[in-house]
Amino acid sequence: MNTVIGKKLKVATTSLAGCFGCHMSLLDIDERLFDLIELIEFDRSPLTDIKELGSCDIGIIEGGLCNAENVHVLREFRRQCKILIAIGACAINGGLPAQRNQLSLALILQEVYHTSVGLANGLIPNDPELPLPLAKVRALHEVVNIDYFIPGCPPSADTIWKALNDILGGREPELGHGLIQYD
Amino acid sequence: MSGRFTIDGKIVAFTEGQTIIQAALAAGVYIPHLCYHPEFKPHGSCKLCTVKVDGRHTASCTMLAQADMVVESNTPALNDERRTLTQMLFVEGNHFCPSCEKSGDCKLQATAYELGMMSAHYDHFFPKRPVDASHPDVLLDFNRCILCSLCVRASRDVDRKNAFALCGRGIHTHLIVNAKSGRLADTDVTLQDKAVHVCPVGVFLRKDKGFNVPIGRRVFDLKPISAYVDASAAIEKE
Repeated sequence: MNTVIGKKLKVATTSLAGCFGCHMSLLDIDERLFDLIELIEFDRSPLTDIKELGSCDIGIIEGGLCNAENVHVLREFRRQCKILIAIGACAINGGLPAQRNQLSLALILQEVYHTSVGLANGLIPNDPELPLPLAKVRALHEVVNIDYFIPGCPPSADTIWKALNDILGGREPELGHGLIQYD
Repeated sequence: MSGRFTIDGKIVAFTEGQTIIQAALAAGVYIPHLCYHPEFKPHGSCKLCTVKVDGRHTASCTMLAQADMVVESNTPALNDERRTLTQMLFVEGNHFCPSCEKSGDCKLQATAYELGMMSAHYDHFFPKRPVDASHPDVLLDFNRCILCSLCVRASRDVDRKNAFALCGRGIHTHLIVNAKSGRLADTDVTLQDKAVHVCPVGVFLRKDKGFNVPIGRRVFDLKPISAYVDASAAIEKE
């Protein structure tokens, strides 16, 4: 990585309505993680298990918004991070969870908890601790400003590496053929 | 009669009756496009092929080439406008590439790659567009329709079946099946029809042949769309 940065950048990551596939792909940069860790240190992230988000230089978010807690975490990331990166198809357009947007939420809850085969007298969970589902799954940029996007399902390790290199180097990410993939 | 004009400073030869995009593609100059297809009369609706001719915007698929024209195409300003148009197409439909059989063979996706589209930028409409699975061989997934009218033109001009039409106006424009029931099963469309194969996106899907070529080895995985002389022919071979 060709960067001219003195102290390590603080990076937080999280998965909202995602599958952790993008995090797996981040780990898939393999031995390049040693180069990366020279430049950054992780704050809140599933990789550190730190629960509280501190002030960060970069926030990387996988997954879209499917419930109120997702929106809360996203806003917290926007407040605490100078640069916010949406990673993966779900963060960028809702992805697989957004396939439910064709149906009404009431109908989905009915089917999942009441009317599906094998459910005996199922109840729709209503514990006040459970975050309320949103009527529609949304992409991150529809709620807060997102600085950079890394598309892919998941983006390949090489795609993530190139994008992070560009961003850490202060450049607009330019992926080019083979690295820019939506699938 | 024939002559020459320039695109981005490159000299391009044309013969009388050729449009700018025809002459450009023949000379190996890529101009982004979605509703243009070399075998059909231009429709001029997607506007992605918009270029500047002597300083003025015009669709290169409908404008006839003329001697000594000065055409600008691959400029940051025009590509920004093309990317914006592409982003609007993405949010107006339901384009979920990871679960689409056409991913990698899709001109909309490949054009977005070419233009460096990192997100759809705008709020997604998530429109409700039920699929038509009535036909035994062909699935119609309207979620991906970009209203290029290629299936309409192919069915009317090549298949002589007139099985499709664009209906409604403005944002309400949508593709319909020309049958009293509105179902594809109640038309005489067959798997052999040009209309079934001409779709630049993933509306027409063959039912018994899913994921024949793995993701990563598809037409636009191998080469960017700009590197194909005839990208339409390349995806129709699949």
